Amino acid sequence: MDMVFDTVSIVKAGQFLGAGISIGFGAIGAAFGEGLVGGFANCSIGRRIGMASPYTRTMLIGQAVAETSGIFALMVSVLLVFGDFSANGVCAWTATLSAGICMGLGALGSGVGAGYPALEAIWGAARQPAVGGQMTTTMLIGQAVCQTPAIFSLVIAFMLMFRNCVGLDVWPYGASLLGAGIAMGFGAIGSGWGGGQAGGAACEGAARQPHLRGPLTTLMLVGQAVAQTPAIFALLVAIMLISIGPTEGTILTSAAVLGAGISVGFGAIGSGMGNGITAEGACNAISRESSTTKDMLTFMLVGQAVGQTPVIFSLVVALMLMFITFNIPATLVGFCALLAAGISMGLGAIGSGWGNGATGAAACKAVAMEPTQRPVILTLMLVGQAVAQTPAIFALLVAFILMFGNYTGPVTLPAAMALLAAGISMGFGAIGPGIGNGITAAAACEAVGNRPEERGLYMRTMLVAQAVAQSTAIYALVIAFVLIFVV
Amino acid sequence: MDISGADLVRAAAFIGAGIAMGLGAIGPGVGEGFVGGKACEAIGRNPDEAGLLTRTMLVAQAVAESTGIYSLVVALLLIFVV
Repeated sequence: MDMVFDTVSIVKAGQFLGAGISIGFGAIGAAFGEGLVGGFANCSIGRRIGMASPYTRTMLIGQAVAETSGIFALMVSVLLVFGDFSANGVCAWTATLSAGICMGLGALGSGVGAGYPALEAIWGAARQPAVGGQMTTTMLIGQAVCQTPAIFSLVIAFMLMFRNCVGLDVWPYGASLLGAGIAMGFGAIGSGWGGGQAGGAACEGAARQPHLRGPLTTLMLVGQAVAQTPAIFALLVAIMLISIGPTEGTILTSAAVLGAGISVGFGAIGSGMGNGITAEGACNAISRESSTTKDMLTFMLVGQAVGQTPVIFSLVVALMLMFITFNIPATLVGFCALLAAGISMGLGAIGSGWGNGATGAAACKAVAMEPTQRPVILTLMLVGQAVAQTPAIFALLVAFILMFGNYTGPVTLPAAMALLAAGISMGFGAIGPGIGNGITAAAACEAVGNRPEERGLYMRTMLVAQAVAQSTAIYALVIAFVLIFVV
Repeated sequence: MDISGADLVRAAAFIGAGIAMGLGAIGPGVGEGFVGGKACEAIGRNPDEAGLLTRTMLVAQAVAESTGIYSLVVALLLIFVV
């Protein structure tokens, strides 16, 4: 079997792969979001048969917005199927594949996210028929903001597709373009999804307490803006990888740019979703207890700030990979070390980001239940979040060890794969404990809201449970160390 | 760089170890956290039964831990034995 390809064939292959990925992943989010809206519309109509036509209208408007990201994905797919990008040089094969990844995954979160405000608007109108028409505005604002990450993805996908890279080598510039697509595509998921959940809670609250529509919209918009940060980090890295990506270098350079994309792209998922969930909790809280409206903004922002930490770790690792010249051999071993650093930090940030967000949300609700216990709840939230941060810190540690390791041993395939596996072990291994720690801390915060006098007991139980939930992250760390240092 | 068949096998074993421990850690972490959370909720409703609830929590978490330990064992086997 001969394997010699001309540029046109290689670029075509990239385009077709990208086309499939774009609409394949892009279809998931919009469909899921629209399904949520449709389901709740049915429940609402079942409750109030006479309102079938206004609910159907709201449903269709809400679904149309959720469809937007799916249409973006379709547009990129169609361009990739019918366009001919081979005139842009051989790098166009990674550029077009990357555009597909960027748009497909970038549409996922926004599609699902846009479903939440619409479903809550309809469900809220069914519960409180008096508010009916006013819900549409809150719904549309909430949906519009969570569409932003999909628009970022569309912009990056176009930059990638139409990038003229004649005369540039696939390694490392093509790899840099692939890193850009991975960064923006995955980096858009969390912010879109989380922003939608915040919008949903604002609509739910506005239905329960119509007079709080103003403060709820403010809280939603601030919360969504903060939840957008991880997607903006991803956008920044993607733009840098496209515009100032390395045009020459060893295979280490290629590994570094791919690792940078993976680190910030995956790392943005958890923090984006987590920040959105915290904003959701804050909106729920003020609609339950309107006297806490004033304090809630600060409380939400503290929770979100801590939830931002994992994606900041990811951004730091991505920037280090892009701008530091590493003193490691340009062999397969060095290649795998830098790639693994990106995988460890990117995946390792997902669980902690989400878990921190869930804790923040529960703390906001607890403050609404028991406003006098604010200091206790704040302490519990911060301790719980600090412990939930541990898996991301393990991942950061492994990433640093991989980046600054001393690779003097013989260059063999096992040695290289051991380093790659260390990154995979620590990265995936940090997801579950981060989420689990967050859920535990969230429940402890809510428990203080229910029965403040037992707060010492909750703190103790929380820490015991978190310590146990941490164990698998520690196993993953041990396996990563064994893979790096022993074998 | 020469790659022999034995190299390939060892390399695959290491990748397998990483995947086994990495993915295998997701479930127990989430599951045990969920148990811990529900235990906090239950103690919140019934503080007098804290001892019983903590015990139940630890039993349930121990069971949920098992697949994590399976992953650890398989990962160690892949690294040191095969």
